[in-house]
Amino acid sequence: MYKPTIGLEIHIQLSTKSKMFCSCSTEFGDPPNTHVCPVCLGLPGALPVINKEAVKYGIKLAHALNLNINLASTFYRKNYFYPDLPKGYQITQYSLPLGFEGFLEIPMEGKVKKIRIERGHIEEDSGKSIHIGDITESEYSFIDFNRSGVPLMEIVTYPDFESGDEAYEFLTLLRSIVRYLGVSSGDMEKGALRCDVNVSVSKDENRGTKVEIKNLNSFRSVKRAIDFEVERQVKALENGERIVRETRHFDEKEGTTKPMRVKEELNDYRYFPEPDLPPLVLSKDYVDELKKEIPELPHKKAIRYIETYGLQEDYARTIAYNKKYADYFENIVSAVSHPKEVANFFLVNILGILNKIGLDIEDLSFGVDSFKELFSYLDSGQISTNIAKSVIEESVETKKSVKEIIESKGLIQVTDENYLREVIIKVINNNPTPVSQYLSGKKQVFGFLVGQAMKELKGKGKPELVNKILNEELSKLEGGNV
Amino acid sequence: MEITELGIAEVVSKIKSKELKAKEVVESYLKNIDKLDKDIQAFLSVSSDYAVKKAEEIDESDNKVGKLLGVPIAIKDNISVKDFELTAGSKILKGYIAPYDATVTEKIKNEGAIIIGKTNLDEFAMGSSTENSAFFKTKNPVNLEYVPGGSSGGSAASVRAKEALVALGSDTGGSVRQPASFCGVVGLKPTYGRVSRYGLVAFGSSLDVIGPIGRSVADVARLLSVISGFDPHDSTTANVPTGNFEEYLTGDIKGKRIGVIKEIRDFSIQEEISDAFSSALKVFENNGVEIVEISLPHLKYALSVYYLIAPSEASANLARYDGIRYGFEGSGENLRDFYEDSRTKGFGKEVKRRILIGTFALSEGYYDEYYLKASKVRRLIFEEFKKAFDDCDAILTPTTPTTAFKFGAKATPLEMYLSDVFTIPVNLAYLPAVSVPFGYDKTGLPIGLQVIGKWFSEGELLNFAYVLEEESNV
Repeated sequence: MYKPTIGLEIHIQLSTKSKMFCSCSTEFGDPPNTHVCPVCLGLPGALPVINKEAVKYGIKLAHALNLNINLASTFYRKNYFYPDLPKGYQITQYSLPLGFEGFLEIPMEGKVKKIRIERGHIEEDSGKSIHIGDITESEYSFIDFNRSGVPLMEIVTYPDFESGDEAYEFLTLLRSIVRYLGVSSGDMEKGALRCDVNVSVSKDENRGTKVEIKNLNSFRSVKRAIDFEVERQVKALENGERIVRETRHFDEKEGTTKPMRVKEELNDYRYFPEPDLPPLVLSKDYVDELKKEIPELPHKKAIRYIETYGLQEDYARTIAYNKKYADYFENIVSAVSHPKEVANFFLVNILGILNKIGLDIEDLSFGVDSFKELFSYLDSGQISTNIAKSVIEESVETKKSVKEIIESKGLIQVTDENYLREVIIKVINNNPTPVSQYLSGKKQVFGFLVGQAMKELKGKGKPELVNKILNEELSKLEGGNV
Repeated sequence: MEITELGIAEVVSKIKSKELKAKEVVESYLKNIDKLDKDIQAFLSVSSDYAVKKAEEIDESDNKVGKLLGVPIAIKDNISVKDFELTAGSKILKGYIAPYDATVTEKIKNEGAIIIGKTNLDEFAMGSSTENSAFFKTKNPVNLEYVPGGSSGGSAASVRAKEALVALGSDTGGSVRQPASFCGVVGLKPTYGRVSRYGLVAFGSSLDVIGPIGRSVADVARLLSVISGFDPHDSTTANVPTGNFEEYLTGDIKGKRIGVIKEIRDFSIQEEISDAFSSALKVFENNGVEIVEISLPHLKYALSVYYLIAPSEASANLARYDGIRYGFEGSGENLRDFYEDSRTKGFGKEVKRRILIGTFALSEGYYDEYYLKASKVRRLIFEEFKKAFDDCDAILTPTTPTTAFKFGAKATPLEMYLSDVFTIPVNLAYLPAVSVPFGYDKTGLPIGLQVIGKWFSEGELLNFAYVLEEESNV
């Protein structure tokens, strides 16, 4: 049996207002080369100055990932030539990164999967090359330096993943964390979160040959690329082939990985300490202070929802990983309890309608008061859960109050046993054939008869009572009174 | 008295009192440039129209303030002046117009200085004779057959020839002090971190410092007062008090201790320079100074250390000159060829040599043996200076082992590098040092002596130089 070993390298754009080493705006999507200055264009004589806000964001993220923080970290120059790298080197961290040796625990399938994190360091982004058509055939290229110098935090994990699913879950959680912290938008489509993958497979304790995969534009691509690559490597090894150490490119259309067409040269980055920047010295008090600002993080929330509210794992995760959902959910539950029902109503009915009508949770008027009203009807048995669902959906869509909908539509359920018995006897009399089928042992007809009764009651009969009385009346018949 | 004989203090006060027009001052200097610079070739560009216009503005203004009001200043062409060409003496930057002012440029402009032109230099400040300029060779005004030194050869020559009142240079391993010494003017290398490097074309970033060059210690002190100070744009500047350095020039150095480096005997020094050195020590003694011997055992490694660290940093600093965004653009079928052509044709021989040395020293498998080891020895040299300064207030050395040499005289790079043997350790240790003229050799070439001070002790340091200056003027 081949065992896959997978590691991730993730670049996260820190959402500071200005760039890592100059005061240019980091705004995304503006016309090319409008947020540039001598520093981020690498003009002669320009010097970098560390953006303290970016450092703060980096420390927060490091805390969230349980990384140890270097109180004196250093910047290095990573040398390589590329047209969108204006200085011919990237300022990054190397031997003393901001954060080192941390971990993240992902709730997965009733267990917790621990992924160790090797390091988290801050650095600057490059500009963006825009090629006309394919890079190998493009006659000319454009460069947009708006992105040049945007702060990044690079997270390098240990190769602790065993499947595409685990990587997918890790990235989903990481994105959620950066959003909770407010340190990044985490939007992969805007390049605010980028991920490269290292994959190897092996039968024994020895690590197999590592293959790097690039061009991963969504979490789904990461998962697909890993799954494909693991299978490819296993097949190759089974066929007696050798795995080549290389960088492969994920082809989204085909769902396959291919060797890069542009041969990567063996790079010697010639790292050396950045002489323009003194070490980044942080006080322990400052670092500790920032730790206090870290809110309850999504994976911890999810586990709490499972353990104390009894939510099912996927519900717990869906709510906890979205801060707006979690805030909403916790607000409601603290007022009306019923966490499981609230979770169910929220995920199925409320989000369903919001999606359908294209509204955001921020536009939602169905809040604590609505839930209070709803549960007063539910708890007293005046409406059924099914009625409640339709009431919620209507209220979310029309913004009418729960009470208004229930009253105007007369949705209070019938609980008068005498009246219910009257209706049920009528149904029995009107359906001799199904009744005799039931009596002769075809018990599934029971449902049909309930349905008929509910139809008579316009759906408002209290289901438990309808069931009970129908059962009683049918038992009488079984006694042989026909 | 000729206008060009006046020091900064006199020029500024005469302009303020309207005894002298700024325009007259500027025109006197422009006249000298006109007359002399076709031979000396100190300037890469002369900004006559700009200078005259600025002078007229000063003359027309009622608000006559500024420590450098109306002072014609020459600027080494590796310092950024907005809207002026910035070549760093290299073909690769020819035609590049700087879009912003260096911090020092902004500071001198704010004090009313008038930029009269950009001066010639060894390409990217790499050299000791200004022979490595991609454009032409600057001559020593004292004797046109001799080099002016380098790399700030243009700045030193322009001040000596009275083509500018003062000048700014940059010093990575002696590039202010050595040409000041060769041309017989005063040149100061401030403490690393005293003056902002923002806008200085980087060579060896942990060594580079901008420094003033003048015909008197007082002029140099005045210019330093203006350009020094913490700069939010340069994270390596120090947040230390600056103040008025002229106030230190009292001539009173009684009770101070001057260090003489024991190991200096190991170096071969031109006889007249040794003599000048000895008589300078006598001058100090006569002024009540105690002479103490200090030891810097690792001094002999300074040159080797420097020629690993400076090229390493340069190899990265010069990576940006790739022909993509500005400057000289080569050609090629693909990106690699384009880079290769741009850089092969854009850079001169010495620059390429240092890029190669630096790239090698930083390469995988060599880093520990070269760059890292050099950094460790640099630390030792720093510590040795620190210890030496427990026993003395300043150190006296010759600025250079010889006086100016003739063009082409230094046949190998190593011979050339040796001319900075006394200045380089100062940069490695981040210290301030001044070169002050102290007599002439028998050919009539100026001799310069170097006073090295403690970190951020420029005031005291300049006072020592002031005493030597007073004595040599007698």
